[in-house]
Amino acid sequence: MPATYEPIATTTLSGTQNQVDFNTISSAYTDLVLVFNGGVTSTADIWLRMNSDTGSNYSRTRLTGDGSTAASTRNSAASSIFVSVGTVGSNANMIIHVFNYANSTTYKTTLTRFNSSAYTAASVGLWRSTSAITSLTLKAETADTFTSGSTFTLYGIKAA
Amino acid sequence: MQILAGVGTAPVVAGAFESIATITVGSGGSSSETFSSIPGTYKHLQLRFITRSNGGAYNPTIRFNSDTGANYSWHYLDGTGASASSGSGTSDTSIILAALDATANTFQAGIIDILDYANTNKHKTIRVFEGVDRNGSGAIDLWSGSWRSTSAITTINLTFSSAQYSHYALYGIKG
Repeated sequence: MPATYEPIATTTLSGTQNQVDFNTISSAYTDLVLVFNGGVTSTADIWLRMNSDTGSNYSRTRLTGDGSTAASTRNSAASSIFVSVGTVGSNANMIIHVFNYANSTTYKTTLTRFNSSAYTAASVGLWRSTSAITSLTLKAETADTFTSGSTFTLYGIKAA
Repeated sequence: MQILAGVGTAPVVAGAFESIATITVGSGGSSSETFSSIPGTYKHLQLRFITRSNGGAYNPTIRFNSDTGANYSWHYLDGTGASASSGSGTSDTSIILAALDATANTFQAGIIDILDYANTNKHKTIRVFEGVDRNGSGAIDLWSGSWRSTSAITTINLTFSSAQYSHYALYGIKG
């Protein structure tokens, strides 16, 4: 059986940067997996967008644990999927799964796990578009930035 | 801003993560899904699914090797967007998973990891990460499940009432 979990693109920041884009994503896979390891320069939200869509077409349900409280929150009709909150001075890791991204029939669902020194989180996101995803953007809130040395890697998974 | 182009398909460690079988649901929908004759040549299994109910809201289940005995237990941590909660089931006849519904165009995603599935000296433990968001409602869930059997898993029995465009992909991970 063929290997089916393949790296598509990767980058390591040599300086601070507000966002990272993965463009011209091949439709050859079933799912995408975006792996982030790094930090932000302030306590910034980290946003995910598809196909550069800035409309109010995103929503997210999240579950968090910070060592004292388990909580759940929601964003609806948002201009991005709010995937996490970075913690200043702390390296965090995050894995975002984007399911059935190349289909042009259904809305797109994501699952995200985020871990930092401040908390752990799991979330589900929705992009209300039937367009195939050809680009992904991971962006720090407004003028905040990802720290130098942060890594971003996009993988594709093929089904039989 | 750095722009990264898709650079193709440079192979990762060859053969470490392999596709075993995929079930794609057609226009008639399906009421159950079965992966059978699973080879014992991997260390772990991963089942990735994207699904929508073919009817009303319900809780799908997972069983192994078609065992319908009271040999399953499960725990979950659930977030509704407003609150977090936890629940469990013991001596159950299946592992009961998070509820699905039929909201148009909106699919629930999930990843089920079945660790050391071919080992004949351990009971089997699974972990499940799944969720659905419907722009105003939804849930995110972390689930664990136990099958109290030392048999190697050769069949996975799912009872997802699945609408068209649902699919279930089983992968093997080599150790």
